[in-house]
Amino acid sequence: MLPIGHYLFLSLALFIIGVIGVVTRRNVIVVLMSIELILNAVNINLVAFSRLYGDAAGQVFALFIIADAAAEAAVGLGIIIAFFRNRETVLADEMDLLKW
Amino acid sequence: MLDKVLFYFFAGIAVASAVLMVTRRNVVHSAIFLITALLATAGIFLQLRAEFLFIVQIILYVGGIMVLFVFVIMLVNLDVALQQIQFARQKWVALLVALALAGQVGLMFWSSKKMPGQGLPVLTAAVAEHLPPNSEALAKSLFDSYLLPFEIASVLLLVAMIGAVVMAKKRT
Repeated sequence: MLPIGHYLFLSLALFIIGVIGVVTRRNVIVVLMSIELILNAVNINLVAFSRLYGDAAGQVFALFIIADAAAEAAVGLGIIIAFFRNRETVLADEMDLLKW
Repeated sequence: MLDKVLFYFFAGIAVASAVLMVTRRNVVHSAIFLITALLATAGIFLQLRAEFLFIVQIILYVGGIMVLFVFVIMLVNLDVALQQIQFARQKWVALLVALALAGQVGLMFWSSKKMPGQGLPVLTAAVAEHLPPNSEALAKSLFDSYLLPFEIASVLLLVAMIGAVVMAKKRT
């Protein structure tokens, strides 16, 4: 079988790609998708350690993270729709007003 | 051996499609590549003998969350948006953050080499009959030790549902 480091490196790579996506993209939808990628990278770590120690707790937490991701996506996309209805754009740079 | 082949296969797909997701201009292409990355991660879960999470990943992430994303993309995607600049001028910030993260984890690996013991632990090849049934072990842990977090998660999902409906509702 593989050393745990392989999984950690895969998770690190996905995490860093996700962070780069969050920082560099202007489209809010792609930023949200990058956040999903980051959460997914964390899940790989949790499941790998759960397999290493033979304990199901890591997988339980991965399940909680998936539930969190679903909640975050629902609320985030709702906000994006509300914003798009008012401003006709989805670019993060245009989101510079608290009230209009 | 088979484990190694499967791992590198799925890991390669996951990393490649993640890179493509971040770099494509078209948002729909990004969504498709994210779906590929999530499916490859599901393959990694299966390779780690987490069958329940494999199914949950496919049904919930790919079948639920990503469909929601594609719907919203179709609701808000403008042809005008494709002509606009898709990347913020923050390349140096991104590079700095990536280097800092990689450096931290590299430091961890470097210091784990110096610790007594034989470095990083290796996942032992478990015989299929010796592993407990995955869903059963997960359910036992979820409804026994983590019952309260489970209930809190359900309340969180309820709150998120109400929040999404209130946010997306047409203002009258």
